Amino acid sequence: MSDRQVDDHSGVETTGHEWDGIRELDNPLPRWWLWIMWASVAVAIVYWILMPAWPGLHGYTKGLLHQSDRAAVVGKLNELKTLRGVQAARLTNASLEEIERDPQLQAYALTAGQAVFGDNCATCHGVGGAGSKGYPNLRDDVWLWGGSLEDIQQTITVGVRTGEPHARFSQMPAFGRDQMLTGAQINDLTEYVVALSRRPADKAAVARAAPVFAEQCVSCHGVEGKGDPTKGAPNLTDAEWLYGPSRDSIHGQIFNGRGGVMPTWGGRFDPQTIKALAVYIHANAGGQ
Amino acid sequence: MTVVIDRTKDGGAKGPTESVSAAARLRAKSVKTGLYQPRVPIYPKLVHGFWRRVKWALLIATLAVYDVTPWIRWERPGALPDQAVLVDFAHGRFYFFFIQLWPQEVYFITGLMVMGALALFLVSALFGRLWCGYACPQTVWTDLYIYVERAFEGDRNARMRLDAAPWSFDKAWRKIGKHLVWLGIAFGTGGAWIFYFHDAPTMIRSFWSGEGPATAYVFCFLLTGTTYYFAGFMREQVCTYLCPWPRIQGAMLDEHSRQVTFLKDRGEPRGPHKKGQSWEGRGDCIDCNACVVVCPMGIDIRDGSQLECINCGLCVDACDEIMDRVGRPRGLIAYDTDAAVAARSCGKPAVYKPIRLRTIYYASALIAVSVMMAWGLTHRRALDLHVLRDRNPMAVRLHDGAVRDGYTLKIANRSFRDKTVEVSFAGIPGARLKTPGAPATSGPLSVLVEANESRAARVFVIAPPAGAGQANTPASFTVSDGKDEATAKTVFTTGAAQ
Repeated sequence: MSDRQVDDHSGVETTGHEWDGIRELDNPLPRWWLWIMWASVAVAIVYWILMPAWPGLHGYTKGLLHQSDRAAVVGKLNELKTLRGVQAARLTNASLEEIERDPQLQAYALTAGQAVFGDNCATCHGVGGAGSKGYPNLRDDVWLWGGSLEDIQQTITVGVRTGEPHARFSQMPAFGRDQMLTGAQINDLTEYVVALSRRPADKAAVARAAPVFAEQCVSCHGVEGKGDPTKGAPNLTDAEWLYGPSRDSIHGQIFNGRGGVMPTWGGRFDPQTIKALAVYIHANAGGQ
Repeated sequence: MTVVIDRTKDGGAKGPTESVSAAARLRAKSVKTGLYQPRVPIYPKLVHGFWRRVKWALLIATLAVYDVTPWIRWERPGALPDQAVLVDFAHGRFYFFFIQLWPQEVYFITGLMVMGALALFLVSALFGRLWCGYACPQTVWTDLYIYVERAFEGDRNARMRLDAAPWSFDKAWRKIGKHLVWLGIAFGTGGAWIFYFHDAPTMIRSFWSGEGPATAYVFCFLLTGTTYYFAGFMREQVCTYLCPWPRIQGAMLDEHSRQVTFLKDRGEPRGPHKKGQSWEGRGDCIDCNACVVVCPMGIDIRDGSQLECINCGLCVDACDEIMDRVGRPRGLIAYDTDAAVAARSCGKPAVYKPIRLRTIYYASALIAVSVMMAWGLTHRRALDLHVLRDRNPMAVRLHDGAVRDGYTLKIANRSFRDKTVEVSFAGIPGARLKTPGAPATSGPLSVLVEANESRAARVFVIAPPAGAGQANTPASFTVSDGKDEATAKTVFTTGAAQ
């Protein structure tokens, strides 16, 4: 930069670069901009000293403040636990009926239950608990294993057909697949079951199926077909059908004897969570 | 890369001329220096007179209202706060003496703001920017800060000399003292603010023991900072550059608005006047600059109505004092209208028209909104109901074919006593109601709602097997405690597709 060029118009020195007659002025950097830059540098250095900053071979510099987001999260979670402690303790000690009678405790149980239900149960039973084909509707007044608070708590705790010794268990025979009944018998039984739910059916077929029903089905579903919640046998006379109300569905169920599986939750949830869940399901179903 | 065109070094005007007002000096300087404009300091001179006394009185009154209000107690039943004016964010309640508002009733605040805006319009159309000159916090606090400044540094000339003087012990203690008192006032301002949001006696103890909520310290700090900065340093620049109101006022004012006016018809031609000289053939203005040196906005009112003028009337007092001294009638600068000045200039009598189309508009709109607000507040419902219908599942079919819909009723009890309300349902003949854990009933349900609380109640409606109606039937819930009643519309659905 031996030859200093000065712009005639502004009196400012130029950088010596020229594009099509336009020369770049060598104005100093704006002072405010410089100050902000140096302030940023200073802040960065202070930050390095105070906060975790530099990685090393074994760990990192911890900083004078010993700030740790992970520790903060753990602390917050513990705070939350303490905050919930009072209600949680009451929930543990109260009976299911007491929870339903105490509005405060019920509100706590409903909120907790809803969260757990959404995370764990909604996959099969639906977000609203309305179920779908093969997955029981938890909102209505029909219960395979009983709809009282205790029954619901028990079903959640032990599960259904999990293979474990305490699990709820029922097994409907696959009358068709295992060739226990003939095709004609199964057709007649289908008509019989349709008739049980007070729908029009082939009277001759119903008459033919009566002895078969008495022999094969009564032990679980009862003489009148009203089922038995202690055995997990569905009521065949009502409007609720786990696998659908059509003749095809009923025929398919007699033929294949399907039964779903519900996990055992006793080992995964603490008792108070199961209590909250039971209260939530009971309340949403209108209670029984 | 920068282009060689660099206007900041342009020659332009040759320095400030004999301009006297700060605004004129500012304009002159802006031509010289280009885009960025350093503030031209304003040293308002102390003035005595009627409008100054009004301003002192309003200053004391508004500051007193601001500082004392949170400490007024107002008995309310139960565990409710006994602070007359309290914005309780934690519980979502706003208390104002006998009025208590819930977040859902924020439209009352909106209404209040609409009223404030309309009142501002009306006053502006009639009397110009009285709000700016007398009641605006920016004006009030700036006035107070200038008072402090004057106490430490003396009046206008002394302050100008002090600022121009080199640093000395005398200058240092005056400056430091002034800033300390300013900071004290700022802290008092920021500190008073937080009492509007918490129980004041509790807050003041927890604040000083370091146990107050973080928001209290943050807001106290912020408002201390903004008060100190706005009233101490920004001053008239807030009004001229930051505040939108000077721009809006152009639409409110017209030639019939009474505002601080230099009566050209009487004052011009202006010029120095020696004692004993005749007043014949000249105006009453002796060009003494008294109106300019007292102006907190740094303008010359004789240039006519202008953006910076806050209509505070200090120049009116200053001019009256001079007129008394030279033996001319007062009111050369007065609250007058442009139309009157124009009429008198043509030798016609001045006509004042306070009742004009726009003042009629503003006044009737203001009255309408006030009546609506008053009606709303007196007819505020103590009981309110919102119904949330279950959407998943929409409906549940029971074993006997009956249809059951689930609803969550949000019942708000805005009164100060517990209420047991009866919940009834209309729309489906023969429908039964049920709450969790209780048998279904055909009669109304009873729900207890605590005082000043809202309660979410789960209610199931069971339609008889054949009586569920079409896919969607309009229905309604009603809650009543015998005295107050609230109804909310909803729909009973069978869940079937339409």
